[in-house]
Amino acid sequence: MARSLSPRRKMMMTLSAWTVALIIFFPVLWMILTSFKTEVSAVASPPQLFTADWTLDNYAEVWARSDYPRFFWNSVVISVGSTLLGLAIAIPAAWAMAFVPGKRTKDLLMWMLSTKMMPAVAVMIPIYLIFLRTGLIDTRIGLVIALMLMNLPIIIWMLYTYFKEIPAEILEASRMDGASLWGEIVYVLTPMALPGIASTCLLNIILAWNEAFWTIVLTTTKAAPLSAFIASFSAPQGLFYAKLSAASAMAIMPILILGWFSQKQLVRGLTFGAVK
Amino acid sequence: MATQSSRLAARLMVAPSVIVLLVWMAIPLAMAIYYSFRLYRLISPERTGWVGFRNYTWFINSPEFWMAISNTLLLVGGVLAITIVFGTLIALLIDQPIWGQGPLRILVISPFFVMPPVAASIWENLFMHPQNGMFASFAQGLGMKPILFMESYPMASVIFIVAWEWLPFATLILLTALQSLSSEQLEAAEMDGASAVSRFRYIILPHMTRAITVVILIQTIFLLGIFGEIFTTTQGGPGSASTTLPYMIFKQAIAAKDIGRAAAGGIIAVILANIVAYFLMRGIGRHLDA
Repeated sequence: MARSLSPRRKMMMTLSAWTVALIIFFPVLWMILTSFKTEVSAVASPPQLFTADWTLDNYAEVWARSDYPRFFWNSVVISVGSTLLGLAIAIPAAWAMAFVPGKRTKDLLMWMLSTKMMPAVAVMIPIYLIFLRTGLIDTRIGLVIALMLMNLPIIIWMLYTYFKEIPAEILEASRMDGASLWGEIVYVLTPMALPGIASTCLLNIILAWNEAFWTIVLTTTKAAPLSAFIASFSAPQGLFYAKLSAASAMAIMPILILGWFSQKQLVRGLTFGAVK
Repeated sequence: MATQSSRLAARLMVAPSVIVLLVWMAIPLAMAIYYSFRLYRLISPERTGWVGFRNYTWFINSPEFWMAISNTLLLVGGVLAITIVFGTLIALLIDQPIWGQGPLRILVISPFFVMPPVAASIWENLFMHPQNGMFASFAQGLGMKPILFMESYPMASVIFIVAWEWLPFATLILLTALQSLSSEQLEAAEMDGASAVSRFRYIILPHMTRAITVVILIQTIFLLGIFGEIFTTTQGGPGSASTTLPYMIFKQAIAAKDIGRAAAGGIIAVILANIVAYFLMRGIGRHLDA
Protein backbone atom coordinates (compact mmCIF):
# COMPACT_ATOMS: atom_id res chain seq x y z
CA MET A 1 0.00 0.00 0.00
CA ALA A 2 2.87 2.29 -0.81
CA ARG A 3 1.61 5.82 -1.16
CA SER A 4 3.25 9.06 -2.11
CA LEU A 5 4.39 11.50 0.54
CA SER A 6 5.63 15.04 0.49
CA PRO A 7 9.48 15.21 0.41
CA ARG A 8 9.62 16.55 3.95
CA ARG A 9 7.44 13.80 5.37
CA LYS A 10 9.39 11.25 3.38
CA MET A 11 12.58 12.56 4.95
CA MET A 12 11.07 12.31 8.43
CA MET A 13 9.74 8.83 7.83
CA THR A 14 13.05 7.64 6.42
CA LEU A 15 14.90 9.06 9.37
CA SER A 16 12.66 7.45 11.98
CA ALA A 17 12.54 4.10 10.18
CA TRP A 18 16.33 3.99 9.95
CA THR A 19 16.66 4.93 13.61
CA VAL A 20 14.38 2.06 14.62
CA ALA A 21 16.19 -0.39 12.31
CA LEU A 22 19.58 0.62 13.68
CA ILE A 23 18.39 0.15 17.26
CA ILE A 24 17.17 -3.35 16.42
CA PHE A 25 20.42 -4.19 14.65
CA PHE A 26 22.69 -2.51 17.17
CA PRO A 27 23.41 -5.54 19.43
CA VAL A 28 24.72 -7.49 16.45
CA LEU A 29 26.79 -4.53 15.28
CA TRP A 30 28.17 -3.98 18.78
CA MET A 31 29.14 -7.62 19.06
CA ILE A 32 30.99 -7.46 15.73
CA LEU A 33 32.79 -4.25 16.72
CA THR A 34 33.73 -5.71 20.11
CA SER A 35 35.21 -8.77 18.46
CA PHE A 36 37.88 -6.54 16.86
CA LYS A 37 38.82 -4.71 20.06
CA THR A 38 41.42 -5.52 22.66
CA GLU A 39 40.03 -6.87 25.91
CA VAL A 40 40.81 -3.56 27.61
CA SER A 41 38.91 -1.39 25.14
CA ALA A 42 36.09 -3.96 25.00
CA VAL A 43 35.11 -3.07 28.57
CA ALA A 44 36.13 0.59 28.44
CA SER A 45 33.76 2.99 30.14
CA PRO A 46 32.28 5.02 28.58
CA PRO A 47 31.83 2.49 25.73
CA GLN A 48 33.87 3.28 22.65
CA LEU A 49 32.12 2.74 19.34
CA PHE A 50 35.43 2.84 17.50
CA THR A 51 38.82 2.27 19.03
CA ALA A 52 42.32 3.02 17.82
CA ASP A 53 43.65 -0.45 18.55
CA TRP A 54 41.83 -2.74 16.14
CA THR A 55 43.03 -6.31 16.29
CA LEU A 56 42.39 -9.73 14.79
CA ASP A 57 43.98 -11.45 17.79
CA ASN A 58 40.64 -12.56 19.23
CA TYR A 59 39.80 -14.50 16.08
CA ALA A 60 43.26 -15.99 15.98
CA GLU A 61 42.99 -17.11 19.58
CA VAL A 62 39.50 -18.60 19.25
CA TRP A 63 40.68 -20.38 16.11
CA ALA A 64 43.73 -21.74 17.91
CA ARG A 65 41.88 -22.79 21.03
CA SER A 66 39.11 -24.76 19.37
CA ASP A 67 38.58 -26.90 16.36
CA TYR A 68 36.38 -24.38 14.55
CA PRO A 69 36.43 -26.08 11.12
CA ARG A 70 35.01 -29.27 12.62
CA PHE A 71 32.16 -27.45 14.41
CA PHE A 72 31.45 -25.50 11.25
CA TRP A 73 31.36 -28.58 9.07
CA ASN A 74 29.09 -30.36 11.56
CA SER A 75 26.70 -27.41 11.44
CA VAL A 76 26.64 -27.49 7.65
CA VAL A 77 26.07 -31.24 7.44
CA ILE A 78 23.39 -31.25 10.13
CA SER A 79 21.39 -28.27 8.90
CA VAL A 80 21.56 -29.12 5.21
CA GLY A 81 21.11 -32.84 5.81
CA SER A 82 18.08 -32.47 8.05
CA THR A 83 16.56 -30.04 5.56
CA LEU A 84 16.96 -32.32 2.56
CA LEU A 85 15.68 -35.35 4.45
CA GLY A 86 12.76 -33.29 5.72
CA LEU A 87 11.88 -32.08 2.23
CA ALA A 88 11.98 -35.62 0.87
CA ILE A 89 9.35 -36.70 3.39
CA ALA A 90 7.35 -33.47 3.44
CA ILE A 91 6.97 -32.72 -0.29
CA PRO A 92 4.75 -35.75 -1.05
CA ALA A 93 2.72 -35.17 2.11
CA ALA A 94 2.18 -31.48 1.43
CA TRP A 95 1.38 -32.22 -2.22
CA ALA A 96 -1.24 -34.78 -1.28
CA MET A 97 -2.84 -32.55 1.34
CA ALA A 98 -2.96 -29.58 -1.00
CA PHE A 99 -4.33 -31.32 -4.08
CA VAL A 100 -6.32 -34.23 -2.71
CA PRO A 101 -7.71 -32.73 0.49
CA GLY A 102 -9.95 -34.94 2.58
CA LYS A 103 -12.31 -34.09 5.41
CA ARG A 104 -9.54 -34.57 7.94
CA THR A 105 -6.76 -32.69 6.14
CA LYS A 106 -7.02 -29.60 8.29
CA ASP A 107 -7.13 -31.62 11.51
CA LEU A 108 -4.12 -33.60 10.39
CA LEU A 109 -2.18 -30.44 9.67
CA MET A 110 -3.07 -29.00 13.06
CA TRP A 111 -2.12 -32.26 14.76
CA MET A 112 1.27 -32.18 13.07
CA LEU A 113 1.78 -28.63 14.22
CA SER A 114 0.71 -29.48 17.75
CA THR A 115 3.46 -32.11 18.00
CA LYS A 116 5.84 -29.18 17.98
CA MET A 117 4.21 -27.76 21.09
CA MET A 118 5.45 -30.65 23.17
CA PRO A 119 8.30 -29.13 25.20
CA ALA A 120 11.57 -30.73 24.16
CA VAL A 121 12.66 -30.96 27.79
CA ALA A 122 9.72 -33.25 28.53
CA VAL A 123 11.08 -35.97 26.28
CA MET A 124 14.74 -35.15 26.73
CA ILE A 125 15.59 -38.18 28.92
CA PRO A 126 13.74 -40.79 26.83
CA ILE A 127 15.24 -39.48 23.59
CA TYR A 128 18.68 -39.30 25.13
CA LEU A 129 18.35 -42.92 26.24
CA ILE A 130 17.07 -44.06 22.84
CA PHE A 131 19.98 -42.32 21.13
CA LEU A 132 22.41 -43.83 23.61
CA ARG A 133 21.12 -47.37 23.06
CA THR A 134 20.90 -47.14 19.29
CA GLY A 135 24.37 -45.63 19.00
CA LEU A 136 22.99 -42.44 17.46
CA ILE A 137 24.35 -40.28 20.25
CA ASP A 138 27.02 -37.81 19.18
CA THR A 139 26.68 -38.76 15.53
CA ARG A 140 25.79 -36.44 12.68
CA ILE A 141 23.18 -38.82 11.34
CA GLY A 142 21.51 -38.85 14.76
CA LEU A 143 21.25 -35.08 14.81
CA VAL A 144 20.09 -34.99 11.20
CA ILE A 145 17.21 -37.29 12.17
CA ALA A 146 16.36 -35.42 15.37
CA LEU A 147 16.34 -31.97 13.78
CA MET A 148 14.46 -33.23 10.73
CA LEU A 149 11.69 -34.56 12.97
CA MET A 150 11.70 -31.40 15.01
CA ASN A 151 11.17 -29.17 11.99
CA LEU A 152 9.05 -31.50 9.86
CA PRO A 153 5.68 -29.97 10.89
CA ILE A 154 6.91 -26.49 9.94
CA ILE A 155 8.22 -27.74 6.60
CA ILE A 156 4.97 -29.50 5.78
CA TRP A 157 2.90 -26.48 6.68
CA MET A 158 5.01 -24.07 4.67
CA LEU A 159 5.00 -26.31 1.60
CA TYR A 160 1.27 -26.91 1.97
CA THR A 161 0.47 -23.19 1.93
CA TYR A 162 2.63 -22.85 -1.18
CA PHE A 163 1.18 -25.79 -3.04
CA LYS A 164 -2.33 -24.59 -2.30
CA GLU A 165 -1.68 -21.45 -4.29
CA ILE A 166 -0.99 -23.48 -7.41
CA PRO A 167 -4.29 -23.63 -9.31
CA ALA A 168 -5.56 -27.19 -9.66
CA GLU A 169 -6.80 -26.37 -13.18
CA ILE A 170 -3.22 -26.35 -14.43
CA LEU A 171 -2.73 -29.86 -13.14
CA GLU A 172 -5.98 -30.98 -14.72
CA ALA A 173 -4.97 -29.45 -18.03
CA SER A 174 -1.66 -31.27 -17.94
CA ARG A 175 -3.49 -34.47 -17.17
CA MET A 176 -5.80 -33.92 -20.14
CA ASP A 177 -2.71 -33.60 -22.26
CA GLY A 178 -1.76 -37.05 -21.09
CA ALA A 179 0.80 -36.32 -18.41
CA SER A 180 1.39 -39.11 -15.94
CA LEU A 181 1.38 -38.48 -12.21
CA TRP A 182 5.17 -38.51 -12.27
CA GLY A 183 5.31 -36.20 -15.27
CA GLU A 184 2.86 -33.90 -13.56
CA ILE A 185 5.06 -33.65 -10.50
CA VAL A 186 8.34 -33.24 -12.37
CA TYR A 187 7.33 -30.96 -15.23
CA VAL A 188 4.38 -28.97 -13.95
CA LEU A 189 4.35 -28.89 -10.20
CA THR A 190 8.02 -28.70 -9.33
CA PRO A 191 8.84 -25.66 -11.48
CA MET A 192 5.84 -23.82 -10.07
CA ALA A 193 6.63 -24.85 -6.51
CA LEU A 194 10.34 -24.20 -6.72
CA PRO A 195 10.29 -20.74 -5.10
CA GLY A 196 8.24 -22.17 -2.24
CA ILE A 197 10.56 -25.12 -1.82
CA ALA A 198 13.55 -22.78 -1.87
CA SER A 199 12.25 -20.55 0.89
CA THR A 200 11.16 -23.56 2.97
CA CYS A 201 14.67 -24.88 2.52
CA LEU A 202 16.19 -21.59 3.68
CA LEU A 203 14.01 -21.24 6.76
CA ASN A 204 14.71 -24.80 7.76
CA ILE A 205 18.47 -24.44 7.38
CA ILE A 206 18.30 -21.36 9.60
CA LEU A 207 16.17 -23.11 12.24
CA ALA A 208 18.46 -26.15 12.25
CA TRP A 209 21.63 -24.05 12.35
CA ASN A 210 20.33 -22.11 15.34
CA GLU A 211 18.91 -25.10 17.22
CA ALA A 212 20.67 -25.13 20.56
CA PHE A 213 18.81 -27.63 22.71
CA TRP A 214 19.04 -30.99 20.97
CA THR A 215 22.47 -30.20 19.60
CA ILE A 216 23.76 -29.73 23.15
CA VAL A 217 21.85 -32.64 24.70
CA LEU A 218 22.67 -35.17 22.00
CA THR A 219 26.32 -34.40 21.23
CA THR A 220 29.57 -34.34 23.17
CA THR A 221 32.49 -33.86 20.80
CA LYS A 222 32.40 -35.65 17.47
CA ALA A 223 29.14 -34.29 16.06
CA ALA A 224 28.88 -31.02 18.00
CA PRO A 225 27.87 -28.10 15.75
CA LEU A 226 28.46 -24.38 16.26
CA SER A 227 25.58 -23.94 18.72
CA ALA A 228 27.36 -26.39 21.03
CA PHE A 229 30.68 -24.67 20.30
CA ILE A 230 29.36 -21.35 21.54
CA ALA A 231 27.74 -22.92 24.60
CA SER A 232 31.07 -24.46 25.59
CA PHE A 233 32.78 -21.15 24.98
CA SER A 234 30.66 -19.08 27.30
CA ALA A 235 30.67 -21.68 30.07
CA PRO A 236 33.71 -20.57 32.12
CA GLN A 237 32.97 -17.53 34.25
CA GLY A 238 35.07 -14.41 33.96
CA LEU A 239 35.09 -14.70 30.21
CA PHE A 240 36.65 -12.12 28.03
CA TYR A 241 34.29 -9.94 26.05
CA ALA A 242 36.36 -9.53 22.94
CA LYS A 243 37.02 -13.25 22.62
CA LEU A 244 33.42 -14.13 23.43
CA SER A 245 32.33 -11.69 20.71
CA ALA A 246 34.75 -13.17 18.22
CA ALA A 247 33.52 -16.69 18.94
CA SER A 248 29.90 -15.50 18.69
CA ALA A 249 30.61 -13.78 15.40
CA MET A 250 32.20 -16.95 14.05
CA ALA A 251 29.14 -18.96 15.11
CA ILE A 252 26.52 -16.72 13.53
CA MET A 253 28.35 -15.20 10.57
CA PRO A 254 27.76 -18.00 8.04
CA ILE A 255 24.00 -18.03 8.59
CA LEU A 256 23.81 -14.25 8.90
CA ILE A 257 25.42 -13.83 5.49
CA LEU A 258 23.23 -16.53 3.95
CA GLY A 259 20.22 -14.83 5.50
CA TRP A 260 21.17 -11.39 4.23
CA PHE A 261 21.61 -12.61 0.68
CA SER A 262 18.41 -14.65 0.61
CA GLN A 263 16.37 -12.23 2.68
CA LYS A 264 13.82 -11.42 -0.06
CA GLN A 265 13.22 -15.07 -0.88
CA LEU A 266 12.95 -15.96 2.80
CA VAL A 267 10.48 -13.24 3.71
CA ARG A 268 8.23 -14.20 0.82
CA GLY A 269 8.15 -17.71 2.19
CA LEU A 270 7.76 -16.82 5.84
CA THR A 271 4.14 -15.85 5.58
CA PHE A 272 2.73 -19.34 6.22
CA GLY A 273 -0.33 -18.49 4.17
CA ALA A 274 -0.90 -15.31 6.14
CA VAL A 275 -1.15 -13.25 3.00
CA LYS A 276 -3.58 -14.16 0.29
CA MET B 1 -10.10 -34.85 -9.38
CA ALA B 2 -10.31 -36.89 -6.21
CA THR B 3 -10.80 -40.32 -7.66
CA GLN B 4 -10.51 -43.53 -5.67
CA SER B 5 -6.96 -44.20 -6.82
CA SER B 6 -5.74 -40.66 -6.27
CA ARG B 7 -7.14 -40.81 -2.73
CA LEU B 8 -5.13 -43.95 -2.09
CA ALA B 9 -2.02 -42.36 -3.59
CA ALA B 10 -2.54 -39.30 -1.42
CA ARG B 11 -2.79 -41.44 1.70
CA LEU B 12 0.43 -43.21 0.80
CA MET B 13 2.15 -39.89 0.28
CA VAL B 14 1.04 -38.52 3.64
CA ALA B 15 1.80 -41.77 5.49
CA PRO B 16 5.58 -41.41 5.96
CA SER B 17 5.21 -38.01 7.61
CA VAL B 18 2.45 -39.20 9.91
CA ILE B 19 4.32 -42.37 10.84
CA VAL B 20 7.64 -40.72 11.67
CA LEU B 21 5.93 -38.00 13.68
CA LEU B 22 3.85 -40.58 15.56
CA VAL B 23 6.92 -42.64 16.39
CA TRP B 24 8.90 -39.54 17.34
CA MET B 25 6.11 -38.60 19.74
CA ALA B 26 4.73 -41.90 20.95
CA ILE B 27 7.86 -43.80 21.99
CA PRO B 28 9.48 -41.07 24.12
CA LEU B 29 6.07 -40.22 25.53
CA ALA B 30 5.41 -43.84 26.52
CA MET B 31 8.84 -44.02 28.15
CA ALA B 32 8.22 -40.77 30.00
CA ILE B 33 4.87 -42.06 31.28
CA TYR B 34 6.58 -45.24 32.49
CA TYR B 35 9.35 -43.35 34.31
CA SER B 36 6.86 -40.93 35.81
CA PHE B 37 5.39 -43.74 37.92
CA ARG B 38 8.78 -45.11 38.94
CA LEU B 39 11.31 -44.26 41.57
CA TYR B 40 14.36 -43.49 39.43
CA ARG B 41 17.15 -41.35 40.80
CA LEU B 42 20.55 -41.30 39.19
CA ILE B 43 22.11 -40.75 42.63
CA SER B 44 20.69 -44.01 43.96
CA PRO B 45 19.97 -46.17 40.91
CA GLU B 46 19.72 -49.37 42.98
CA ARG B 47 16.50 -48.17 44.62
CA THR B 48 13.72 -48.74 42.14
CA GLY B 49 10.04 -49.50 42.24
CA TRP B 50 6.58 -48.22 41.49
CA VAL B 51 5.56 -45.09 43.33
CA GLY B 52 2.08 -44.48 41.96
CA PHE B 53 1.29 -40.81 41.56
CA ARG B 54 3.85 -39.65 44.10
CA ASN B 55 6.11 -38.03 41.46
CA TYR B 56 3.11 -36.10 40.17
CA THR B 57 1.91 -34.97 43.58
CA TRP B 58 5.44 -33.86 44.47
CA PHE B 59 5.62 -31.83 41.29
CA ILE B 60 2.22 -30.18 41.69
CA ASN B 61 2.70 -29.49 45.40
CA SER B 62 6.10 -27.96 44.87
CA PRO B 63 5.84 -24.20 45.43
CA GLU B 64 8.05 -23.78 42.38
CA PHE B 65 5.41 -25.35 40.14
CA TRP B 66 2.89 -22.50 40.17
CA MET B 67 5.72 -20.02 39.84
CA ALA B 68 6.93 -21.97 36.81
CA ILE B 69 3.45 -22.02 35.26
CA SER B 70 2.95 -18.31 35.71
CA ASN B 71 6.47 -17.57 34.42
CA THR B 72 5.83 -19.68 31.34
CA LEU B 73 2.57 -17.85 30.62
CA LEU B 74 4.24 -14.52 31.33
CA LEU B 75 7.03 -15.31 28.90
CA VAL B 76 4.70 -16.42 26.10
CA GLY B 77 2.20 -13.61 26.69
CA GLY B 78 4.83 -10.94 27.19
CA VAL B 79 6.80 -11.79 24.08
CA LEU B 80 3.64 -12.09 21.98
CA ALA B 81 2.38 -8.70 23.18
CA ILE B 82 5.71 -6.94 22.58
CA THR B 83 6.39 -8.47 19.19
CA ILE B 84 2.88 -7.92 17.84
CA VAL B 85 2.50 -4.32 19.06
CA PHE B 86 5.99 -3.20 18.07
CA GLY B 87 5.97 -5.42 14.99
CA THR B 88 2.82 -3.67 13.77
CA LEU B 89 4.21 -0.21 14.48
CA ILE B 90 7.53 -0.96 12.78
CA ALA B 91 5.78 -2.57 9.83
CA LEU B 92 3.60 0.54 9.41
CA LEU B 93 6.75 2.66 9.47
CA ILE B 94 8.75 0.57 7.00
CA ASP B 95 5.78 0.31 4.67
CA GLN B 96 5.94 4.06 4.00
CA PRO B 97 7.69 5.03 0.78
CA ILE B 98 11.06 5.63 2.41
CA TRP B 99 14.62 5.66 1.09
CA GLY B 100 16.67 2.50 1.38
CA GLN B 101 13.93 0.04 2.19
CA GLY B 102 16.02 -2.93 1.06
CA PRO B 103 19.07 -2.43 3.31
CA LEU B 104 16.74 -1.39 6.10
CA ARG B 105 14.91 -4.71 5.93
CA ILE B 106 18.25 -6.50 6.15
CA LEU B 107 19.02 -4.69 9.39
CA VAL B 108 15.60 -5.44 10.85
CA ILE B 109 15.64 -9.15 10.01
CA SER B 110 19.14 -9.74 11.43
CA PRO B 111 18.24 -10.77 15.01
CA PHE B 112 16.27 -13.69 13.54
CA PHE B 113 19.54 -15.23 12.31
CA VAL B 114 21.28 -15.05 15.68
CA MET B 115 21.22 -18.35 17.54
CA PRO B 116 19.62 -18.20 21.02
CA PRO B 117 22.80 -18.81 23.09
CA VAL B 118 24.58 -16.02 21.24
CA ALA B 119 21.64 -13.63 21.50
CA ALA B 120 21.37 -14.32 25.22
CA SER B 121 25.08 -13.91 25.86
CA ILE B 122 25.36 -10.67 23.84
CA TRP B 123 22.58 -9.11 25.88
CA GLU B 124 23.68 -10.51 29.20
CA ASN B 125 27.36 -9.60 28.90
CA LEU B 126 27.77 -6.72 26.51
CA PHE B 127 24.64 -4.83 27.57
CA MET B 128 23.09 -5.91 30.85
CA HIS B 129 26.21 -6.81 32.82
CA PRO B 130 26.23 -4.72 36.05
CA GLN B 131 29.94 -3.82 35.78
CA ASN B 132 31.01 -3.97 32.17
CA GLY B 133 27.72 -3.78 30.27
CA MET B 134 26.81 -0.79 28.16
CA PHE B 135 23.70 -0.03 30.23
CA ALA B 136 25.83 0.07 33.39
CA SER B 137 28.18 2.58 31.73
CA PHE B 138 25.24 4.78 30.79
CA ALA B 139 23.85 4.56 34.32
CA GLN B 140 27.21 5.53 35.78
CA GLY B 141 27.54 8.36 33.29
CA LEU B 142 24.22 9.70 34.52
CA GLY B 143 25.34 9.27 38.10
CA MET B 144 22.92 6.41 38.80
CA LYS B 145 23.49 2.95 40.19
CA PRO B 146 23.66 0.25 37.52
CA ILE B 147 20.55 -1.91 37.31
CA LEU B 148 21.10 -5.55 38.27
CA PHE B 149 19.05 -6.89 35.37
CA MET B 150 19.41 -10.61 35.97
CA GLU B 151 19.03 -10.31 39.76
CA SER B 152 16.32 -7.68 40.13
CA TYR B 153 14.31 -8.19 36.94
CA PRO B 154 15.12 -11.70 35.73
CA MET B 155 11.80 -12.42 34.01
CA ALA B 156 11.60 -9.01 32.37
CA SER B 157 15.18 -9.39 31.11
CA VAL B 158 14.51 -12.82 29.63
CA ILE B 159 11.27 -11.60 28.01
CA PHE B 160 13.14 -8.62 26.57
CA ILE B 161 15.87 -10.80 25.05
CA VAL B 162 13.43 -13.31 23.56
CA ALA B 163 11.25 -10.48 22.22
CA TRP B 164 14.29 -9.01 20.45
CA GLU B 165 14.91 -12.38 18.80
CA TRP B 166 11.31 -12.73 17.60
CA LEU B 167 10.55 -9.13 16.67
CA PRO B 168 11.90 -9.53 13.10
CA PHE B 169 9.68 -12.53 12.45
CA ALA B 170 6.52 -10.70 13.56
CA THR B 171 7.52 -7.49 11.79
CA LEU B 172 8.20 -9.14 8.46
CA ILE B 173 5.02 -11.23 8.39
CA LEU B 174 2.95 -8.18 9.35
CA LEU B 175 4.80 -6.07 6.77
CA THR B 176 4.07 -8.58 4.01
CA ALA B 177 0.39 -8.50 4.96
CA LEU B 178 0.40 -4.72 4.99
CA GLN B 179 1.95 -4.56 1.54
CA SER B 180 -0.82 -6.66 0.09
CA LEU B 181 -3.41 -4.08 1.16
CA SER B 182 -4.61 -1.98 -1.75
CA SER B 183 -3.86 1.70 -1.39
CA GLU B 184 -7.09 2.69 -3.22
CA GLN B 185 -9.13 1.54 -0.28
CA LEU B 186 -7.12 3.63 2.12
CA GLU B 187 -7.16 6.66 -0.12
CA ALA B 188 -10.91 6.40 -0.52
CA ALA B 189 -11.30 6.24 3.24
CA GLU B 190 -9.01 9.22 3.62
CA MET B 191 -11.03 11.25 1.13
CA ASP B 192 -14.18 10.34 3.01
CA GLY B 193 -12.56 11.96 6.01
CA ALA B 194 -11.59 8.89 8.02
CA SER B 195 -8.89 9.71 10.55
CA ALA B 196 -5.60 7.85 10.70
CA VAL B 197 -6.77 5.98 13.79
CA SER B 198 -10.04 4.84 12.27
CA ARG B 199 -8.30 3.91 9.02
CA PHE B 200 -6.04 1.67 11.10
CA ARG B 201 -8.89 0.32 13.20
CA TYR B 202 -11.38 -0.44 10.40
CA ILE B 203 -9.24 -1.14 7.33
CA ILE B 204 -5.67 -2.05 8.22
CA LEU B 205 -6.28 -4.13 11.35
CA PRO B 206 -9.01 -6.38 9.86
CA HIS B 207 -6.77 -6.95 6.85
CA MET B 208 -3.98 -8.13 9.14
CA THR B 209 -6.04 -10.58 11.24
CA ARG B 210 -4.70 -13.61 9.38
CA ALA B 211 -1.11 -12.45 9.68
CA ILE B 212 -1.47 -11.79 13.40
CA THR B 213 -3.02 -15.24 13.79
CA VAL B 214 -0.04 -16.85 12.09
CA VAL B 215 2.39 -14.87 14.25
CA ILE B 216 0.60 -15.97 17.42
CA LEU B 217 0.46 -19.61 16.35
CA ILE B 218 4.07 -19.98 15.20
CA GLN B 219 5.55 -17.95 18.04
CA THR B 220 3.58 -19.79 20.73
CA ILE B 221 4.92 -23.07 19.39
CA PHE B 222 8.49 -21.88 19.78
CA LEU B 223 7.99 -19.83 22.96
CA LEU B 224 6.44 -22.66 24.99
CA GLY B 225 9.74 -24.50 24.80
CA ILE B 226 12.11 -21.56 25.41
CA PHE B 227 15.13 -22.95 27.19
CA GLY B 228 18.50 -21.77 25.91
CA GLU B 229 17.96 -18.10 26.76
CA ILE B 230 17.20 -18.92 30.40
CA PHE B 231 20.00 -21.47 30.61
CA THR B 232 22.52 -18.93 29.32
CA THR B 233 21.39 -15.99 31.43
CA THR B 234 19.57 -16.47 34.74
CA GLN B 235 19.65 -20.27 35.10
CA GLY B 236 16.09 -19.93 36.35
CA GLY B 237 17.05 -17.73 39.26
CA PRO B 238 17.49 -15.95 41.49
CA GLY B 239 15.80 -18.68 43.49
CA SER B 240 13.12 -19.73 41.05
CA ALA B 241 12.15 -16.23 39.95
CA SER B 242 12.70 -16.98 36.28
CA THR B 243 12.09 -20.73 36.26
CA THR B 244 9.66 -21.75 33.56
CA LEU B 245 8.05 -25.17 33.31
CA PRO B 246 10.62 -26.54 30.83
CA TYR B 247 13.41 -25.17 33.00
CA MET B 248 11.94 -26.68 36.17
CA ILE B 249 11.84 -30.09 34.46
CA PHE B 250 15.41 -29.61 33.31
CA LYS B 251 16.52 -28.81 36.86
CA GLN B 252 14.85 -31.97 38.18
CA ALA B 253 16.54 -34.10 35.54
CA ILE B 254 20.02 -32.59 35.50
CA ALA B 255 20.59 -30.90 38.88
CA ALA B 256 18.47 -33.14 41.13
CA LYS B 257 19.06 -36.19 38.91
CA ASP B 258 15.53 -37.37 39.65
CA ILE B 259 14.34 -38.91 36.40
CA GLY B 260 10.99 -40.00 37.84
CA ARG B 261 10.01 -36.51 38.93
CA ALA B 262 11.35 -34.94 35.74
CA ALA B 263 9.28 -37.39 33.72
CA ALA B 264 6.16 -36.56 35.73
CA GLY B 265 6.85 -32.88 35.10
CA GLY B 266 7.28 -33.65 31.42
CA ILE B 267 3.91 -35.35 31.24
CA ILE B 268 2.28 -32.42 33.04
CA ALA B 269 3.94 -30.08 30.53
CA VAL B 270 2.66 -32.15 27.63
CA ILE B 271 -0.88 -32.07 29.02
CA LEU B 272 -0.72 -28.30 29.53
CA ALA B 273 0.78 -27.78 26.06
CA ASN B 274 -2.10 -29.77 24.61
CA ILE B 275 -4.63 -27.62 26.45
CA VAL B 276 -2.96 -24.50 25.09
CA ALA B 277 -2.82 -26.04 21.62
CA TYR B 278 -6.51 -26.96 21.78
CA PHE B 279 -7.62 -23.44 22.68
CA LEU B 280 -5.21 -21.94 20.19
CA MET B 281 -6.44 -24.07 17.31
CA ARG B 282 -10.04 -23.53 18.40
CA GLY B 283 -9.71 -19.82 18.91
CA ILE B 284 -7.64 -18.83 15.95
CA GLY B 285 -7.56 -21.91 13.75
CA ARG B 286 -10.73 -20.69 12.06
CA HIS B 287 -8.89 -17.63 10.77
CA LEU B 288 -6.69 -19.99 8.83
CA ASP B 289 -8.51 -21.78 6.08
CA ALA B 290 -5.49 -24.03 5.97
